[in-house]
Amino acid sequence: MGMKTHRASCVQYRLIVRDVNTLQILQLYTCLDQIQYVEWSSDSLFILCAMYKRGIVQVWSLEQPDWHCKIDEGSAGLVASCWSPDGRHILNTTEFHLRITVWSLCTKSVSYIKYPKACQQGIAFTKDGHYMALAERRDCKDFISLFVCSDWQLLRHFDTETQDLAGIEWAPNGCVLAVWDTCLEYKILLYSLDGRLLSTYRAYEWSLGIKSIAWSPSSQFLAIGSYDEKVRILNHVTWKKITEFEHPPIIANPKIIVYKEVEKSATVETQKLSFPPTRELASSLFSIPSKYDISQVPMSLQYIKPVADRANPRIGIGTLAFSPDNCFLATKNDNTPNAIWIWDIQKLKLFVVLEQLCTVNSFQWDPRQPRLAICTGNSKVYLWSPAGCVSVQVPMEGDFQVLSLCWHSGGDTMALLSKDNFCLCYLEREEVK
Amino acid sequence: MGDWKTITVPAPSSVLDSKNTSQYTSEKKMSPSSLNMQQVLRLPLPSSKSTHSFFSAFCTEENVEQSISYLNRELTTLGFPSLYAESKGKELNLISILNCMNELLVLQRKNLRAQEDVEMQHLKLGSDMDHLQNCYAKLKEQLEASKREIVGLQERDRQLQCKNRNLHQLLKNEKDEVQKLQNIIASRATQYNHDMKRKEREYNKLKERLHQLVMNKKDKKIAMEVLNYVGRVDGKRGGWRTDKTEARNEEEMYKALLRDYEQCQKQLLVENAELRKVLQQMKKEIISLLPPQKQKPRERSEDGIGPVLSDLEDDVGELNKENMWELSCETVREQLTNSIRNQWRMLKNHVEKLDNQVSRVHSGALTDKDVISREDHELETEKLELEIQHCKEMIKTQQQLLQQQLMSPCDDDTTVLLQDCYLLEERERLQEEWKLFREQKKNFEKERRSFTEAAIRLGLERQAFEEDRGTWLKQQFLSMTCDSKYLENVKTQSATSGSSDQDNHLMNTRSQQKKPRSLSSVPTSAELCQTIQHTPYSSSPCAISNKTTEESKPNQWEEIYREETE
Repeated sequence: MGMKTHRASCVQYRLIVRDVNTLQILQLYTCLDQIQYVEWSSDSLFILCAMYKRGIVQVWSLEQPDWHCKIDEGSAGLVASCWSPDGRHILNTTEFHLRITVWSLCTKSVSYIKYPKACQQGIAFTKDGHYMALAERRDCKDFISLFVCSDWQLLRHFDTETQDLAGIEWAPNGCVLAVWDTCLEYKILLYSLDGRLLSTYRAYEWSLGIKSIAWSPSSQFLAIGSYDEKVRILNHVTWKKITEFEHPPIIANPKIIVYKEVEKSATVETQKLSFPPTRELASSLFSIPSKYDISQVPMSLQYIKPVADRANPRIGIGTLAFSPDNCFLATKNDNTPNAIWIWDIQKLKLFVVLEQLCTVNSFQWDPRQPRLAICTGNSKVYLWSPAGCVSVQVPMEGDFQVLSLCWHSGGDTMALLSKDNFCLCYLEREEVK
Repeated sequence: MGDWKTITVPAPSSVLDSKNTSQYTSEKKMSPSSLNMQQVLRLPLPSSKSTHSFFSAFCTEENVEQSISYLNRELTTLGFPSLYAESKGKELNLISILNCMNELLVLQRKNLRAQEDVEMQHLKLGSDMDHLQNCYAKLKEQLEASKREIVGLQERDRQLQCKNRNLHQLLKNEKDEVQKLQNIIASRATQYNHDMKRKEREYNKLKERLHQLVMNKKDKKIAMEVLNYVGRVDGKRGGWRTDKTEARNEEEMYKALLRDYEQCQKQLLVENAELRKVLQQMKKEIISLLPPQKQKPRERSEDGIGPVLSDLEDDVGELNKENMWELSCETVREQLTNSIRNQWRMLKNHVEKLDNQVSRVHSGALTDKDVISREDHELETEKLELEIQHCKEMIKTQQQLLQQQLMSPCDDDTTVLLQDCYLLEERERLQEEWKLFREQKKNFEKERRSFTEAAIRLGLERQAFEEDRGTWLKQQFLSMTCDSKYLENVKTQSATSGSSDQDNHLMNTRSQQKKPRSLSSVPTSAELCQTIQHTPYSSSPCAISNKTTEESKPNQWEEIYREETE
């Protein structure tokens, strides 16, 4: 969403582009329908707005506000739309995942890719943008197609030994593709760029399997989070498990720091009370500030035992993220949804546990340094770094529920999104003397 | 008393026999008053040949009356009527005799029967006893057997209970596993159902759409509207997809892969080299640790270490050479790892041994040798500590004295100068004294030489004197016949005077010798005393040496004196 200098946000059918530093409105575009999805092109010159209901994608140019482009999928419908890495092609996934149409902005040509797989993560681009991997399914079997993004040539096409492919992801070095199976089968396959199967990893049989995976930024490690509340780390040399991280509800090791969010008992100074109460005062009264306390170990986390007879149960490791310097891994166990576990990758041990008052919605690492931003659906944003952690109140009038957040690629700015609004959080850089 | 034989006599026997037996039985009950009678009646041992003779021993032709009266007495005491017709008469009442005899027979029979009964009963009891004992033994055996059986049964019972418990446990485990599997199956089933439902919904939607499409005549056109074409990112024109481009793409892909692999390999090589270096270092350090302690295990005849270490050292040399060329072949790697493993094991063994020794020392389980040495060690340490104390005190006192000397109220320069002056003065004094000492030494040497010469001369002179004396005495003796008296007196006088003269001469020489001696001695001794007094604070060895020389000198003189006085 946030590019180097501009911030695009959409309201209903209007697309507003602002400057990141000043939030000044630079451009305003109007689309034909309610926008469901907005994406910048890789060179930050174009923005695509997808309207799934109408099946239309509109592309706007920043340099030339007059330039316009509209792609109509017609009766084929539209389910997903994304840019190609070169910023000149748009990939539209039609309804029912019938096909993927590749529209070129340079040549107005169209390519079709048949039988794409309807799964969680069916398209994956390499980091350098040269290759695209696409999951396909024909005749009840899974296949992977590798395309060269420059001319959309089909480079490789091979089948995978999966029951029902759930997702694919490239390693950051662009040479290994991780393919994992449905949650009924714990199976992850690693393919090299030229289509050879490098390795298969199965941790166990029968029980529910992989829920989420994450590559480390150096491509050295592959972290696999599964429904048995464990994260298994594979190494890139042998593709064998080097360690597994458990997420028990009781933390007993005294070397682990546990930060617990506690509410600060707000003492209202009677002198400052005025009538009618100002908005700030009202908001501050309604939202109780909180701070972090270091808890004594051993301590137990809030554990939720999910209903056993529902599909896709809320158990297991749902989210994983490596820090950009490869030193930390942040995980969330859906059984203890209030806690975030931070693991030290250099020592392969648990480092810190953050326990929040509410359920964690999302967290994201700062793209430049090991700083983690967390939001739990209340009006605060939480930051953790190895130096400590802090709970920051969003100074908005009324109620601002932070539902998701997003870092700027430069690392010093963060966008906090609520249902209807968003705000930008600027972090001051510490002066190094 | 004599041997009394108890003979079981068959019941009907001769009267005499019964009499005799009763006599014997009655005689057993005899009172001491009738001992005389007993003696009279007692006869030598009857032979077993004839019982008649035995039975006729009581009454013979001679003592009929006596035996009758005796029998009467006995019978009356037993309650039988008297044998005599009247109380005092000598006529025997035959009837009463016969009655008595009959009574006695009856009594005898009764007694025999009773005896038989008793014996019978005794036998019966004996057999009963035997029987009971047998029964008892059998019952005891049975009891033992049944006890053993019980123990065996108990053991079996226990084993069976154990087995039972195990089986219960296994059953529980199996049940748990079954439960777990059932849970898994249930969750999988729900997931399948959910997916199935989803797919079905999608399928339905597809059907609807298809239906719609079929029904719908107006087809929305699928098209893209764009104002103008956008240039490519790299500014070039788009090209057709040809075989060449395909080949190029393949090439690019392989290049990217190779690049990645090469990078990986480089990293691994670097890591390898570092690790190998570390291993080499470790090996060297381990080798350096082991040899100095090789002496201890030598006692325990570990000959394996010696040759192994030499091998390892050879290996080290080899590997060092090889590593310079950075070979990474299998054998080199194996050698290195094996050698390090061996050394590490040795080091570990050694450390374990040391640990054991230390633990033994700590636990106090020492041998006598160790105990004594420790005591000695402690004593020595105490001694050394005392010595150190003494030395420290001495140093302190010396320092204090020095301080006192230097703590005169002057400023630093003068004190320094003064110190120097003192030192110089002392040194000069010492030098003078040394000079004196050396001179005296020389003098002593001279005198000793002169003494020896004098002694030699003395000896020679004495010899000469003796010879003269001898010749003179001869002359005297020869001339004694002539003018013996006068000449004698004179000569004796002259002899004495001569001798005295000689003596005097000797004395003079002695005195002369003495005089310089005495002259020299007195001042020398005085000087020596002075020197001795002057050097109390100087180094003691000097004084001691002076004293010794001084002591030795007078000893020599004394000897010389003694010689001369002899």
